[in-house]
Amino acid sequence: MIPVLDGFDLIAPASLDEALRILASDRDARPFAGGTDLMVVLEAGHLPPGRYVSLWAIRELHGIARDDRGGLVLNALTSFSEIRESPLVADAFPMLALAAREIGGIATQNRATIGGNIANASPAADSPPALLAYDAEIELLSIRGRRRMPYGDFHTGYKKMRLEPGEIVARVVLPSRQVGWRDGYRKVGTRRAQAISKVCLAASVLMDGDDVADVRLALGSIAPTVVRCRAAEDAVRRRTLSEEVIANATRAVLTDIAPIDDIRSTAQYRSAVAQNLVAAFLRDSL
Amino acid sequence: MTATPARIECTINGEPRALEGHPMSRLLDALRAAGLTGTKEGCGEGECGACAVLLDGTLVNSCLTPLAHASRAAITTIEGLAIREQLHAVQQSFLECGGAQCGICTPGMVLAAVDLLRRVPNPTEDDVRAGLAGNLCRCTGYMRIFAAVLDACRRMPATNAER
Amino acid sequence: MATGVGQPALRREGRAKLTGRALYVDDVAPAGLLHGTTIRSPAPRGTIRGIRFDPSIDWSEYTIVTAADIPGANVVKLITEDQPYLASGEVHHAEEPVALVAHPDPMRAAAARRHITIDIDPLPAVLSMDDADEVFKAYTVRKGDVDAAFADPTLVVVHGEYSTGAQEQLYIEPNGMIAVFDADTGVTVWGSMQCPYYIHGALAALLNVPDTRVRVVQMETGGGFGGKEEYPTVIAGHAALLAWKSGRPVKMIYGRAEDMAATTKRHPSRTRHRTAVTRDGRLVAMDIDFLIDGGAYCTLSPVVLSRGTIHAAGPYDCPNVRVQGRAVRTNVPPNGAFRGFGAPQSIFALERHMDRIAATLDIDPAELRRRNFVHTGDTLAVGQTIREPVDMDGLLSRALELSDYDAKRREFARANPSAAVRKGVGLATFMHGAGFTGSGEVHLSSVVAVEGTPEGSVRVLAASTEIGQGTNTIFSQIAAETLGVDIDDIEIAQPDTAVVPDSGPTVASRTCMVVGKLVESASAGVRRILVDSGYLPASYTRAQFRDACERYVARFGSLRSTSRYSPPPNVQWDDETYTGDAYGTYAWAAYVAEVSVDLRTWQAHVDDFVAVQEVGRVINPTLAQGQIEGGVAQAIGWALYEEVVWREGRMANAQMTNYIMPTSMDLPAIRVQFEEVPYPGGPGGAKGIGELPMDGAAPAIFNAVAHATGLDPRDLPLTPERIMALWNAR
Repeated sequence: MIPVLDGFDLIAPASLDEALRILASDRDARPFAGGTDLMVVLEAGHLPPGRYVSLWAIRELHGIARDDRGGLVLNALTSFSEIRESPLVADAFPMLALAAREIGGIATQNRATIGGNIANASPAADSPPALLAYDAEIELLSIRGRRRMPYGDFHTGYKKMRLEPGEIVARVVLPSRQVGWRDGYRKVGTRRAQAISKVCLAASVLMDGDDVADVRLALGSIAPTVVRCRAAEDAVRRRTLSEEVIANATRAVLTDIAPIDDIRSTAQYRSAVAQNLVAAFLRDSL
Repeated sequence: MTATPARIECTINGEPRALEGHPMSRLLDALRAAGLTGTKEGCGEGECGACAVLLDGTLVNSCLTPLAHASRAAITTIEGLAIREQLHAVQQSFLECGGAQCGICTPGMVLAAVDLLRRVPNPTEDDVRAGLAGNLCRCTGYMRIFAAVLDACRRMPATNAER
Repeated sequence: MATGVGQPALRREGRAKLTGRALYVDDVAPAGLLHGTTIRSPAPRGTIRGIRFDPSIDWSEYTIVTAADIPGANVVKLITEDQPYLASGEVHHAEEPVALVAHPDPMRAAAARRHITIDIDPLPAVLSMDDADEVFKAYTVRKGDVDAAFADPTLVVVHGEYSTGAQEQLYIEPNGMIAVFDADTGVTVWGSMQCPYYIHGALAALLNVPDTRVRVVQMETGGGFGGKEEYPTVIAGHAALLAWKSGRPVKMIYGRAEDMAATTKRHPSRTRHRTAVTRDGRLVAMDIDFLIDGGAYCTLSPVVLSRGTIHAAGPYDCPNVRVQGRAVRTNVPPNGAFRGFGAPQSIFALERHMDRIAATLDIDPAELRRRNFVHTGDTLAVGQTIREPVDMDGLLSRALELSDYDAKRREFARANPSAAVRKGVGLATFMHGAGFTGSGEVHLSSVVAVEGTPEGSVRVLAASTEIGQGTNTIFSQIAAETLGVDIDDIEIAQPDTAVVPDSGPTVASRTCMVVGKLVESASAGVRRILVDSGYLPASYTRAQFRDACERYVARFGSLRSTSRYSPPPNVQWDDETYTGDAYGTYAWAAYVAEVSVDLRTWQAHVDDFVAVQEVGRVINPTLAQGQIEGGVAQAIGWALYEEVVWREGRMANAQMTNYIMPTSMDLPAIRVQFEEVPYPGGPGGAKGIGELPMDGAAPAIFNAVAHATGLDPRDLPLTPERIMALWNAR
């Protein structure tokens, strides 16, 4: 159904500077990337009216490149199709390529962007767990300059994030990892494609023989934000992996998460599946 | 505030066109108002793919594409596939394999298939399933559609693949 | 001939659909169009205190219609006249239409919703069929003496209770209508519909015009599945009221959320089985209680109940049967027609129950079926003696063979205990009666006309609509074969009540079998006229036919033959006792599903599906296969994915994001096999098949999940959350 556009504007500034200037000076100005989240909310009648500033055509905000420390830089307007197809991503950060495939069908992947996915701040988003597992840093940009923080610090609550007025998500930086990490990404949704996640695990483990040298367990859709399961990680880090240790970690998952009942699933289901996914991942290292 | 209506210049099915409307209005509505009613609205949420078109060579859901994003774009709608009365290979295969029943998902499905075959010229059935996962069909159960896409792939010469 | 009966003739309107040229209702816009919006009740029950219009809007720009404006009768013509077009005084369900507004600018029409408030003083609402006390309809089917039979202490008695939830038809094209009203010519509506004459019969009374001044035209329709059987009368009435009041053409197209929340869905059901069997698995008595939730108004609940009740005891020979069916009233939006029409619900319960009986007796589920199948000469529960050949045993064997059932049962049983992903196979055996129940077809008294055109072609005039199932193509094939001409010589008239006779609704798996038969006989009538009048020899070529047709029409002005339904001989049905020959014929089927269940996520997935059915005659293999594949896909959706989430009588997940139908990644290969035992009452021997595939897939899947996991699922849909609950409780 045709959306009601009273009070809405969408402008497409030609340059990054102009976009940042508008975002800084106009209190009703908000960034607009591919539109795959915002247009849905608009059509449902729930998008706040305002002046939306399209970043789509701004070249500096597109592209994937290696940084000078061997990590990977993904500019905010990189589409998930580009992430899915990128040999750089597939090589070093395969969970992100897997996440890209989960973001709707091909048409959605072509226009959905990593910056938009992050800034939409949904705990059910598909790329954030992978970003957490990869110790991603996020770079924010405004007319006042750039600032960086660990991505894990960015989301503070349900749909809340550390984004100052006039700021946009400019890029995501994935630091290089030492060789030897094993990844496991699994999204459990309502169906096999085009599904909003009920539970999403992005996990990585670095083994030293039978010992866990280091581990990352990141879960989505089980709390107001995506979370690192620190208690579960602590239960296995620098320990010798065994069924007992895995059981401890599985139990500890419950202290890291706060799932709810909603339109798609139940807290009980989410808790159980989150635990099962973590256990299954760790068991594969036994 | 009310936006000034935009005049968006683009190319549709090879012809220069100007679409007028609110910059945040849906490309879907602009296309249909311009007489290109082959592109359909099934859900308005980007879930069903009935509104899919090709924009600068990539498949997009036109219900989620703001008109402003069509600026200087080359758009292909279902009306642009056949060359006069000569059907595109994908259309011919759909016809022969029974890939269309009620037809409402068909324009988006055909364009999704065209897009898939450009990206993956020799798809397996799994590739076809994944390539069409964003296009919902309530009538067929997808079986005749998979058959049609694999049939089109066999019949397509290189020139057709580039169209 | 390449396009005659039995051939995979190409879809007649396929090219138009594939090139974007087919015209659906939203593709046309008459000059001066207004766009209509429906203002609906937010509460499931209450009294309407008032309708408030935001004073900041200039309402003089709008056309507004409420119940008080209605020139004729504010009641939807259907079975029981209990449903108003627009509520006044009281509302009985959330989303009940209360007011209509129209505006030339579609955005202003859409925005109007935000500026009109219906104030409701709430009343207690009944939101579950178990709490309902108003009965729309009840039927009892009796055979033998069930109570006496249960007294036999040597019998094993198995109880079971099964439930199914609402299902949204989810045609990809939402409901839509365009209406114009003119004091002289009356009302005309164009739109998305299955049954032009249902709308035709209703609008005259609504607008207080004679029915000679009502015209209904079907446009290309993007899916129906029953969801556009009776519901379109409501939206057509609304568009017509706005057109009547404004004097302008009015278009109403529902958004997806509105269509899902406000229009009809499949009736939820609760079935209780109490069955007495011998120790070696012979059914002796079946006592069945079948309850369906009709929602707030009667709509077609009595007929849904009827079909569900008649199919409740299945293709089994049981000497004592009692089926007590009831349709009750609740305060959810009215439920209505959806492919299968009561039979999927009762067959789901029966086929799941049969597997549980098999488990109780430690008999293989296929073997239990074999020991009880009806054969020719046996009598169904409703008292119908099967006179046609039936070989359920053979169908079952074929299905088991194609699905490698026996080997898989063994292999999965062996591998499952140590597997994180458990696999299972399950089956269902069932039948579906084609055409209207009992004397329904006689009451419909359908008519088809076939006429020659001045160009030498032949035009078929019928009210049956093409909604994707292939009406245009099979009618063309039937006419072409009967006349000995090419399919391209046949035109199918657009279903327009000003032009075509009433061949009845496009429902009940009757279009090919009942109406197609009339196409066949009317076509034969045209040939007879030409031959008897000397314009054609008894044996002729296509060119000769065209020439003769052209000359005859030029000479006499018209060449037309009309055929009216007459019932097959020896079909006896008693409406009072609800016994006799319920259907002229049945299609018979055996389905096998293979599933895997991941015990870490409790997700069930259908990995393979075999559908074997005996259908009389396959008119067009591509179209017939498409019907079975599509119906099985819808049934897989119903079984595992599609759940309507209710919050205080409103559908909370009225978005395609949250109401989950299967994508291309979710469905298996669906392998279809047809057997043919020609039915003399159908064209070329064809039986009806449109609804059959909806009946058996869900219980086959549930039985497969039971086999995979050892669980006993009884409630549909079988979501992962439900499987987890069963697993934890085992």
